[in-house]
Amino acid sequence: MANDVWVYIEHKEGAISPMSFELLGIGKELAAGFGSNLCAFVIGAGVDDLAKEAGAYGAAKVYAVEGDVFKDFRGEAYAKAAAFLLDKYKPEVALFRATTMGTDVAAAAAAQLGFGLCTDTIGLAIDGGKVKMARAAFGGNFSVSVVNEKAAPQIATVRPKAYAMPEKGAGTAEVVKESFALADADVATKVVEFLASASAVNLVEADIIVSGGRGLGNEAGFAMLQQLADMLGGAVGASRAAVDSEWIPYEHQVGQTGKTVKPKIYIACGISGAIQHLAGMRTSDCIVAINKDPDAPIFKAATFGIVGDYKEVVPKMIEKFKGKLGR
Amino acid sequence: MKIAVCLKQVPDTEAEVKWDIPKGTLSRDGMDSITNPFDEFALEEALLTKENYDGEIIAISMGPEGAKDVLRNALALTVDETALCCDDAFAGSDTYATAYVLASAIKKAGDVDVVFCGKQSTDGNTGVVGAELAAILGFSQLTQVGKVRSIDAGAKKIVVERAVEGGIEVVEAKLPAVVSVIKGINEPRLPNLMGIRKASKIDIPQWSAGDLGVDTGKVGAAGASTKVVEIAVPPPRGAGEILKGELEEVANMITDKLIDLKVIK
Ligand SMILES: Cc1cc2nc3c(=O)[nH]c(=O)nc-3n(C[C@H](O)[C@H](O)[C@H](O)COP(=O)(O)OP(=O)(O)OC[C@H]3O[C@@H](n4cnc5c(N)ncnc54)[C@H](O)[C@@H]3O)c2cc1C
Ligand SMILES: Cc1cc2nc3c(=O)[nH]c(=O)nc-3n(C[C@H](O)[C@H](O)[C@H](O)COP(=O)(O)OP(=O)(O)OC[C@H]3O[C@@H](n4cnc5c(N)ncnc54)[C@H](O)[C@@H]3O)c2cc1C
Repeated sequence: MANDVWVYIEHKEGAISPMSFELLGIGKELAAGFGSNLCAFVIGAGVDDLAKEAGAYGAAKVYAVEGDVFKDFRGEAYAKAAAFLLDKYKPEVALFRATTMGTDVAAAAAAQLGFGLCTDTIGLAIDGGKVKMARAAFGGNFSVSVVNEKAAPQIATVRPKAYAMPEKGAGTAEVVKESFALADADVATKVVEFLASASAVNLVEADIIVSGGRGLGNEAGFAMLQQLADMLGGAVGASRAAVDSEWIPYEHQVGQTGKTVKPKIYIACGISGAIQHLAGMRTSDCIVAINKDPDAPIFKAATFGIVGDYKEVVPKMIEKFKGKLGR
Repeated sequence: MKIAVCLKQVPDTEAEVKWDIPKGTLSRDGMDSITNPFDEFALEEALLTKENYDGEIIAISMGPEGAKDVLRNALALTVDETALCCDDAFAGSDTYATAYVLASAIKKAGDVDVVFCGKQSTDGNTGVVGAELAAILGFSQLTQVGKVRSIDAGAKKIVVERAVEGGIEVVEAKLPAVVSVIKGINEPRLPNLMGIRKASKIDIPQWSAGDLGVDTGKVGAAGASTKVVEIAVPPPRGAGEILKGELEEVANMITDKLIDLKVIK
């Protein structure tokens, strides 16, 4: 149907992660607003399980393109299949997760269709029969709302964790398999190998992030933060100053030139709160700032502030958590 | 090998950004402008590629006349050619329109083997122009690149490392390719005085919509499908609570509060 809401189901080689279905929650709300159907679409080498699971998370219909050529994720190949589906059915809106994979597919598919798109969206609302998409620009100093007037569909990538996970139910979806032929020889890229990161940082997906800045003073400070993060099941982040000091690799950097994160808890230790750092974490649900300078700007963004030396505060927190959580 | 690099001029984020709220545009008056930080890595990668594999570089920017500054900076670092895509019709372009104009410039430059872009701009911030360029040009799409392992112009092949969630993906691709680079791929060099002096005397060509054969119905505020309909200053986060007391007490309070959120599993 013309005003259906489509959600792209992201996966890595068919592996099912609940996060793949994250956007079916907001998708359902939008579909209810339009009085239309919530549909999922998935591209891969074998997608039956994913399609079934999408039904359980609320999709009424699942459109699937399958083929060996889609075994490894390749943005170009996936985007061609996505553009084919979106052009054929022209839903009202198509949502992708704002991950490296989701962004690759969404951007290239939009370009093939000849439209712009809204990236890293943090708000979606129906306004005058169109979906209005809100995003941050300028390092989070401004929020802008964008409408893609001429596009069918409007395409948006949505910041992970911007919307709550939908409940899993007993629903089933009608699966529509579409054939889209693409020869391997026509895909210009080939994945040679995947080197899993030793520290397996996945900041974007983490519910809890313990982050450190220049105030840590040295690499050993990060070992302390890692201890707290491990205890809470979280990940370690960093400011640019800490990364530039080579205390921790760049993949941990949060901010305008690093990752944008939206965890449920963000604990900033020895971070002053420069706008470029805030740009990457200001939409976190709960921000805890630990800084020895009572005038540090980070306190203006913090839900809870502790004025003190992290070298005293963090070990004390570890001790307390140990007792209270029985770890 | 022919190398293209896309450089965007952006306002210095350390300076205060001024917005013309009713018009929904940036007011660039009195604001310092710089080369988009990620594009410095793209430029350095282009220079390294030229040094390691031989070739020539064209640096391309779309923007108002003032954007010549970023191209002049590139000239000081010894790029061979520059082109500023500049036309009133381009003002207010969305990402697709921008990628379309840049793609037209790359085609006009002719026989480009590899295009380097930054991962993201610090103003529009969308991070999609590289992927869009690849889709429009039909070039290999290589985003999030943290390392170029090798380029073989003869065999038309490039091998890169992409930083993706959970690790590094090694990808081999056919040339031509669009490579969007992330921070850390290299250490951008600074121009020297002689380079700056030389660059100041070079004329920077301007390419209009007509020169590029761009369909003006598809670009600028009028042609773009994406419209910014609202600009607002996000509401400040509610004033936080400073936990006061002895260390023991404060640590008790914060751990209780965090446990109460029921996020810790
Ligand atoms: C274009 C551009 C892009 C940028 N991108 C990013 C980005 O992506 N991410 C980013 O983080 N930054 C970025 N920056 C840099 C940013 O402007 C700041 O310089 C940086 O965030 C500062 O890092 P910091 O807070 O760790 O260090 P500082 O600003 O030096 O702050 C250190 C803080 O630690 C406190 N402190 C010191 N000792 C202790 C102690 N023992 N216990 C507790 N507190 C202590 C101090 O009071 C101080 O507040 C960017 C800048 C530019 C120009
Ligand atoms: C506040 C704001 C919000 C916006 N929101 C949207 C939106 O949601 N959707 C949309 O389609 N458009 C949007 N736009 C318009 C968009 O920012 C512009 O079209 C811009 O020219 C390209 O996007 P970008 O700056 O985000 O580039 P990015 O995709 O972030 O840039 C990636 C790389 O592409 C290259 N590049 C990008 N622009 C140029 C250029 N002009 N010259 C040379 N190289 C370049 C650079 O190498 C850069 O590092 C917005 C603009 C503003 C100011």
